[in-house]
Amino acid sequence: MQDNKEVKTEFKPKILAFCCNWCAYAGADLAGVSRFQMPTDVRVIRVMCSGRVPPELIIRALANGLDGVMILGCHPGECHYSEGNYLTRRRAHVLKRLLSYIGIEPDRFQLGWVSAAEGAKFAAVVKETTDKITALGPNRWVDKK
Amino acid sequence: MAVPRIGVFICHCGTNIGGIVDVPQVVEYAKSLPYVAHAEANMYTCSEEGISSIKHAIKEYDLNRVVVASCTPRTHQPLFRNACADAGLNPYLFEFVNIREHCSWIHMQNRREATEKAKELVKMGVAKARWLDAQEEFESDVYPAAMVIGGGVAGMSAALNLANQGFEVHLVEKEPELGGRLLKLNRIFTINKDPRELVESIVKAVAGHSKIRLHMPAVVKAASGYIGNFDISVDEGGKEVSFKVGVIIVATGAQVLKPELYRYGELANVLTQLDLEQRLKDDKLGEFQNVVMINCVGARIPERPYCSRVCCMTAIKNAALMKEINPEAKVYVLYRDLMTYGVEFEEYYREAKGAGVRFIRYTPSNPPQVIGTEKVESVRVYDELMGMELELPCDLLVLATPLISNNDSEELSKMLKVPIGDGGFFLEAHIKLRPVEFAMDGIYVAGSCRWPADIRESIAQGYAAASEAAIPLRQGLVKVEAITATVDPKICKGCGTCALVCPFDAIELKESEIRGLEGKIVSEVNTALCKGCGLCAAACPNGAVQQRGFTDMQLLSMVNALSGKR
Ligand SMILES: Cc1cc2nc3c(=O)[nH]c(=O)nc-3n(C[C@H](O)[C@H](O)[C@H](O)COP(=O)(O)OP(=O)(O)OC[C@H]3O[C@@H](n4cnc5c(N)ncnc54)[C@H](O)[C@@H]3O)c2cc1C
Ligand code: SF4
Ligand code: SF4
Ligand code: SF4
Ligand code: FES
Repeated sequence: MQDNKEVKTEFKPKILAFCCNWCAYAGADLAGVSRFQMPTDVRVIRVMCSGRVPPELIIRALANGLDGVMILGCHPGECHYSEGNYLTRRRAHVLKRLLSYIGIEPDRFQLGWVSAAEGAKFAAVVKETTDKITALGPNRWVDKK
Repeated sequence: MAVPRIGVFICHCGTNIGGIVDVPQVVEYAKSLPYVAHAEANMYTCSEEGISSIKHAIKEYDLNRVVVASCTPRTHQPLFRNACADAGLNPYLFEFVNIREHCSWIHMQNRREATEKAKELVKMGVAKARWLDAQEEFESDVYPAAMVIGGGVAGMSAALNLANQGFEVHLVEKEPELGGRLLKLNRIFTINKDPRELVESIVKAVAGHSKIRLHMPAVVKAASGYIGNFDISVDEGGKEVSFKVGVIIVATGAQVLKPELYRYGELANVLTQLDLEQRLKDDKLGEFQNVVMINCVGARIPERPYCSRVCCMTAIKNAALMKEINPEAKVYVLYRDLMTYGVEFEEYYREAKGAGVRFIRYTPSNPPQVIGTEKVESVRVYDELMGMELELPCDLLVLATPLISNNDSEELSKMLKVPIGDGGFFLEAHIKLRPVEFAMDGIYVAGSCRWPADIRESIAQGYAAASEAAIPLRQGLVKVEAITATVDPKICKGCGTCALVCPFDAIELKESEIRGLEGKIVSEVNTALCKGCGLCAAACPNGAVQQRGFTDMQLLSMVNALSGKR
């Protein structure tokens, strides 16, 4: 591709973030209320608990060609439903290995904890993840098939 | 299912969204999305005009789904759901898209990308809306008791108010005495009375109230549950006490900043206003001739930009008192701006001036300087209004420092899952429209833990929080959002995975009684116990459990919409 270089410098990743209603989504709201500025590449889907997100949905999202997927929930011990995020954490380990097995960079999936009071942390996580995924480059998994 | 006819309402929110996101462009884009029958922009979708526009459009365009793209579902979802219900549409056929907190407010420098993002968010919302189903809500009982945390004026006022309405109140106070900050003060503006007089009457009413159960000294150790049904455990003098309440009011007050400025803590004759009040109260101040007070010490600076609101009046109060004690004394107040809002505050200020207190304005770029080695001997200040430098003799320097949040406010915020905002103060659900409620249902906030407030404001907020909290208590029932789990017994294989992960033991394996499936072991959700977390839905290997409002199909359709797949 002749304009390969340009494509690379202009690469804007498409990142999906599942946020639990009680902590991460509230933290994202607080980031907004506080007017913390951040990269525009992340789109949030609200779920009630981080533990609502089945691994197959993450795989589907990455297989569809999204460049990154995050699950953001309450800090361990603070899940609104007591244990949902423990489940999420356990699944995340398996999921990462599964991703690398099927040939998707496991770092395209990120798990994080953001409390309702951590607007600044939400902004930081968005920035960090965007940087990480941008560094990984476009998700080529679809092409490889 | 009838063919979806989706209406999309995109809010400008004044300039909050419209100033950054190109709303007309998003509207045009929405019109091009599948199943969208109507799309429009509103100046404020949540205003009366916006709401009636939704209701009108539902009828006019025969809509059977509504999507609003505006602020956050955590504050505004009930309003829009009600609008749908009013127009005869099941409120669960509504979907929220957040393009303010999650878009315009966080991308203010990038209008083009913010607009593109808003379009995608709308696309995802519309994709989910297509798969929404009508739902019926369940009602759950409200346990008719309240917990108030903090026994200052705000908390006591709230507790008394609820108790006088006949509700049982658990009042949790950390210290061994009720009264809070007022116990430490010498006299109160603008009535110049001993705070004891005020506090004692309230404390007596609280302590003697048959409906108020006092936990003191005690702190909350754990809180779980939701509106109507909180389980609380407090550590009461080393003993654990547990109880149930339906609502919670947070009124934990604030602490006073001890500054590292103007050689506080180093020179003996430098005090904060609070130290001064303590000494006056204990009759330990001693002689003074030349008093200098400095305002905004550690307030309205980059690291702490807010105005603490009560310190100006405190300085005026104490400056006048110094004149009263020793009319010969010279008393100066060095200020940046004077917060004397309200009729009698301004009058109080004039009286202090009349009594001989001198007010000198300084600017933060040219702050006063403390002169002296063993103790303060004088204060040098550039008088902004006169345009010259003065050296004021000084044997007592008093610093007005702001109220700051308590050290444990973050811990409490995590325990109750309520947010703290600027400066560590608790953050109400909406700065203008919902001043004493948290976004989390059933939890309210009052007094100086919310923002620096004087006594009158703290009491008023205590009453306000109590009256809000009394609504669910009085109704006795709260509607539980219809986001509980359902099982399709035809698909269920009876493996029990869902029951295993449910944190609330809401799932049981049972022999089916459904015709055609008699005797088959299937999972069954007890809706009264289900809290709608969706863990079971994510865990079921067969897709037999679905969480209402967050079904596999709904989530998948959002993912597909974002990745450009159908
Ligand atoms: C120097 C100074 C002078 C002032 N002078 C005046 C004046 O003249 N007139 C006036 O109107 N206002 C004055 N104020 C302001 C006044 O003190 C406040 O308006 C008032 O105290 C606010 O009441 P509150 O109930 O919100 O908080 P507080 O009075 O601070 O009470 C909070 C209570 O909660 C308790 N608590 C805290 N954390 C916990 C916890 N985790 N668990 C359980 N309990 C907890 C505390 O022990 C305390 O009893 C002054 C303030 C200062 C600092
Ligand atoms: S009340 Fe007065 S002294 Fe206190 S921060 Fe505001 S302006 Fe400064
Ligand atoms: S996990 Fe699924 S298949 Fe297994 S019992 Fe529960 S609903 Fe049935
Ligand atoms: S949604 Fe949560 S509480 Fe309800 S049955 Fe499923 S796991 Fe249990
Ligand atoms: S509710 Fe936030 S992770 Fe469970």
